[in-house]
Amino acid sequence: MTILTFTLILLAGAYLAGLVGSLTGLGGGVVVIPLLTLVFHVDIRYAIGAALLASIANSSGAASAYVKEGITNIRLGMFLEIATTVGAVAGAVIAVYTPTNTIAILFGAILLFSAAMTIRKKNQEALTTGSNLSFKLKLNSSYPTKDGPVNYQLKNVGAGFSIMALAGVMSGLLGIGSGALKVLAMDSTMHIPFKVSTTTSNFMIGVTAAASAVVYLQRGYMDPGIAFPVVLGVLGGAFTGSKLLTRLDAKVLKYIFCTAICFVAVEMIYNGYNHQF
Amino acid sequence: MKKIISKHLFADHDIEQFIGLQLRYGVIIASLIVLVGGLIYLQQSGGLALPAYHQFIGTKNGFTSIGQIITGISTFNAKGIIQLGVVVLIATPVLRIAFSLVGFVMERDKLYILITLIVLSVMMVSIFGGLKV
Repeated sequence: MTILTFTLILLAGAYLAGLVGSLTGLGGGVVVIPLLTLVFHVDIRYAIGAALLASIANSSGAASAYVKEGITNIRLGMFLEIATTVGAVAGAVIAVYTPTNTIAILFGAILLFSAAMTIRKKNQEALTTGSNLSFKLKLNSSYPTKDGPVNYQLKNVGAGFSIMALAGVMSGLLGIGSGALKVLAMDSTMHIPFKVSTTTSNFMIGVTAAASAVVYLQRGYMDPGIAFPVVLGVLGGAFTGSKLLTRLDAKVLKYIFCTAICFVAVEMIYNGYNHQF
Repeated sequence: MKKIISKHLFADHDIEQFIGLQLRYGVIIASLIVLVGGLIYLQQSGGLALPAYHQFIGTKNGFTSIGQIITGISTFNAKGIIQLGVVVLIATPVLRIAFSLVGFVMERDKLYILITLIVLSVMMVSIFGGLKV
C-alpha cells in the first residue's frame, strides 16, 4: 500500500469514526483506536496518540458552541479538571509500564461500559438542595432552556471528584476522552442535569486529553502521517454529525451503533487476551 | 449588592464568549496547518510505500520536541508542518485555561484563581516535567 492510498482510506474511516462518535455521543477517539489497530494493524501506541488528538479537536470544536450558549458550567469544569489532569498525567506515566495487550483489554472493557452508558436513562431532574461543599466551591448554577433558566444544585462533590480522577487515569492510559466516566461522575453521582453534565464533560475532555498528549508527543506516539488524516477526518465527521443530529432522531441509530461497538469491544478484548497487539 | 452580582454575570458572559471563540479559532488554525502540511506530505511522498506502522519506533521518528519541529518547519519539511498543527491543537485547551484565569482575576474570584493555577501548574509539569520516559 502506498502512503496516498493509506491516507485516503484512513481519511474516509476517520470521517465515519467522527460521524458515529458524534451521533452516539461516544466521541471520535473511541472509534479511531479500533479502526487503526483492528483494520490497519497499526501499533496501538500510534493509535492512542492519534485518538488523543481526535479527542482534543472534537472537544474544542463542540465546546466552543456550548460555552457560548451558557450551558457549560465553567467553574465546575475547572474544579474537576484538577482531578482529571492529575489523573491523565498519572495515566500517561503508568502507560509506559503497562503491556499493550493489557491496554487493549482495558480499552475493550471501557468501550462496553461506554456503550451501556450511552443508552441508559438520563438524569433530567435539577436538584434543588445542594450539599455544603457545593456552596463553598460555588458549583451551583443555572442553565438556559426553552422555558427560561433552570437553577440546579449538586451533591456528592467528593465522590464525583474521585470518579473524575479515575476518568483522567483512563484518558491518559488509553488515549480517549472517557466521556462516559465523566458523565457518570456528574450525572449519576453529583445529580447534575444531563444537558449540563454532557456539555461540561465535553468542555473538560480537551484539557484532560492535552495533559497526557504533551507527554505522548514527546514519546513519539504522534506520527504526522497518521495524525493528518485522523484529525481532519474526525473533525469533518463530527461536524456532519452535529448537523445531522438536529434533523434526525438518533435514537435508533444509537442502538445500532452501540451494538456494533460492543462487537468491536469484544474483538479488542479477544485479541488482547491472545496477545495480538 | 444587586449591582455587583449583575456586573459579575456580565464579566462571566463576556469571558464565555471569548473562550468560545478562542477554542473555535484554535481548532480551525490547527486544522489548516495540518491540511497544508498534509498536502505537501502527499505531494512529496504519496507514492512511497507505507512506513511499518505495526512497529512502534517512538522518538526515532523525529519531531518529538519543539526544537525538532522548528527545524522541520524552517526546512519546509512536510512532517514538521503537520506536527506544528498538532502542537497548536494541543495548545488550544491549555490556552483556554490561561484565558479562564484572566476571567477569574477580572472577577476577583480568589478561590477559582487558585483552582485554575493548580490546573495550569499540572499542565506545566506535564509539558516541562520530563515525563516522557
